[in-house]
Amino acid sequence: MGLQPYLILSAVVFCIGLFGVTTRRNTIGILLGIELMMNAVNINLVAFARYNGVAAGMVFTVFTICITVTEAALGLAIVILLFRVRRTVMADHLDLLKG
Amino acid sequence: MMANSGTLALAAWLLPALSFLVLAIVYPLRRLGKPAAWFSILCAGAAFASAVMAWRIQSVAAHPVHLVWPWLPSGGKTIADVGVLVDAQSTIMLCLVSLVSLLVQLYSVGYLHDEPAPAFGRYYAYQSLFAFSMMGLALAPNLLQLFMCWELVGLCSYLLIGYWYQRPAAARAAVKAFWITKAGDVGMLVGIVMLYRLAGTFDLTELHSLAATNALPLAGLSIITFCLYLGAMGKSAQFPFHVWLPDAMEGPTPVSALIHAATMVTAGVYLLVRTDWLFALTPNVLLIVAWVGAFTALLAAVLACVQDDIKRVLAYSTVSQLGYMMTAIGAGVAAAGFLHLLTHGLFKALLFLGAGSVIHAVGSNDLPNMGGLARRMPQTATVFIIGTLSLAGIPLFGGYLSKEEILGAVWGAHLTGPFLLLMLVAGLTAFYMFRVVFLAFFGTPSPVARVTHAHAAHASHAHGAHATTAGTAARVAHTDMHNEAVVEGAHVNETPHAHEPPVTMLLPLWVLALGTMAVGVMSTLHLGVGRVLLDAPEEAAPAWLTPSAVGVAVAGILLAWLTYQARLINAASLAAAFGPIRSAALRKFWIDDVFEGIYGVVLLGFSRIVGWIDRYLVDGVLNVLSDWTVQAGDELRGIQTGKPQDYVYGIGAGVLVLILLMRLVF
Repeated sequence: MGLQPYLILSAVVFCIGLFGVTTRRNTIGILLGIELMMNAVNINLVAFARYNGVAAGMVFTVFTICITVTEAALGLAIVILLFRVRRTVMADHLDLLKG
Repeated sequence: MMANSGTLALAAWLLPALSFLVLAIVYPLRRLGKPAAWFSILCAGAAFASAVMAWRIQSVAAHPVHLVWPWLPSGGKTIADVGVLVDAQSTIMLCLVSLVSLLVQLYSVGYLHDEPAPAFGRYYAYQSLFAFSMMGLALAPNLLQLFMCWELVGLCSYLLIGYWYQRPAAARAAVKAFWITKAGDVGMLVGIVMLYRLAGTFDLTELHSLAATNALPLAGLSIITFCLYLGAMGKSAQFPFHVWLPDAMEGPTPVSALIHAATMVTAGVYLLVRTDWLFALTPNVLLIVAWVGAFTALLAAVLACVQDDIKRVLAYSTVSQLGYMMTAIGAGVAAAGFLHLLTHGLFKALLFLGAGSVIHAVGSNDLPNMGGLARRMPQTATVFIIGTLSLAGIPLFGGYLSKEEILGAVWGAHLTGPFLLLMLVAGLTAFYMFRVVFLAFFGTPSPVARVTHAHAAHASHAHGAHATTAGTAARVAHTDMHNEAVVEGAHVNETPHAHEPPVTMLLPLWVLALGTMAVGVMSTLHLGVGRVLLDAPEEAAPAWLTPSAVGVAVAGILLAWLTYQARLINAASLAAAFGPIRSAALRKFWIDDVFEGIYGVVLLGFSRIVGWIDRYLVDGVLNVLSDWTVQAGDELRGIQTGKPQDYVYGIGAGVLVLILLMRLVF
């Protein structure tokens, strides 16, 4: 198999994630979307690493996974705090930055 | 100690600096007051001892000692050095400064005895700083160090005039003194920098050798010397910059004695003496110096005749004598001016300290409140009269020789106009000084004065009469007393409260009096003090000069005696005879008004214009710009919805635009 199927898979996963981020009202849903987008990037990295025979891509992937885990933990903590304060996690109600 | 005049002079210079630093840094010592004072006096005494030793060595030495360290290095060479230039002139100036400084510090212990301790410590810190700066000025090997010390003494003058800074008059006088001298200093700085461009050095010795070998281009030199003279005008209170000096009398009297009589105001004269070889190249500037000096002498002498405040009389007299010195320099005989600087330093310090003693006893500066003090304060009266006779230029007294030298020099330089002015001033000087003597020490005590003492004693049961010494208390008390004298005349107490001051004040008075007498006797009897003091060529003065100068002085004394003691001439009719001059003099010849006018009309008018431009043009443009910014922000704030997804759309759009740009443009 060549590089292309991996890239297509990656693009599909990225688009699903992006769709989730842009359309979900629930903040947790948005976080899930972000996770998907990150994993699409990971697929890209691994695919290119195998294709070019350079190990750096693999190493980066490990880093990215670590960061994704922390990001998910932080994000969920923020969401929980947000719920305690505002009694809602719906993104369209959280518009304190409205100009 | 090594018998090296350079080291000794350096020690004399740095001892007051040590005292200042200790007092400035060691806060508890300064707050204690008295110990701080004695520490400062100890340093001043040691400085005086080293100064005298340095002078003794240097007065017989063949060459000046040039002890310097590099300062301001620039590209392998130094622009200026810092250190000491020890020669006959600078060491004798050092002796004068350290002597008067020591005596004044000693005197202040008694004079300011009821000041609060922290203020007392502050006073001594300033005094030490002043001694350091003034000695640095005297010893400066180059114009840059001289200028630095010049500004430092100006700062000390400001600080000490404003010592009672709670009094608005004192604060105002301090600012006035600072600004007016500063106006001259700007000219001086310009002159120094221009001289550096011309000669390539600040060093006095190098400049001297350049001038001696005619290596200095003469073109433009007049402007330089005039700029230097501007600085000297400000510092030495020459017309029209003399207006700050009488106001400076708001400071404590010992400060007036030290700074505004003996040392700092003579810094301008000293600068011209130090650079007289430079001024000799520009005779046109010297002519200005002579005429301005003589005119200043006359103007100030006339003003001194109408003053009722004893310190103001002395202040105008100082201005007048500074005019004398300047005229001598203008006549090209700087040595005569320098000699007068030294003798004047002694006897004017004596007069001021004597006046301080009187003020201390009476609690007022005004002559009408004094009278008959000779019986109560015989020692003060004696030394004051010694000082007065010196100032009047009577033979056997300190100012005689130096005054004759100046008159001879001015006559010898064919400056007939200034010479006549100076002769007139000699008579006026004797007149106004003896007016003070007769009004303060002879005659009958004024009733106001008696009530003053009574009230002062009444007001502070513990201390007796001198509880209210100089200062705010005295001023306030005095006005109160005036009212009370009118209201309850029965409160008069006949006991003589005015009395001799404590020994810390009497000792400096006697030292100065004896010093003045010693200089006077030695110079009059040609014991060679003049030759020791300076290596001036003997001036071939005409034979009629001495008798006529002394005659004029005696005539002035006689007139004062007839008017104020024997009362053969009615003072009021004498005043009426000089009606217009007198009324003009009472208004200080409108010079202060002219300054105020310049300030009020020109400066304030200019400020108003600038203020208008700032308020309406500059601010207007800025306000319009800020309004636009605010409006634009108002319009654009709608973009910020606060919804996370909208921001994601924004990021996506931005990425797309970037990609398109990369594709299309690059």
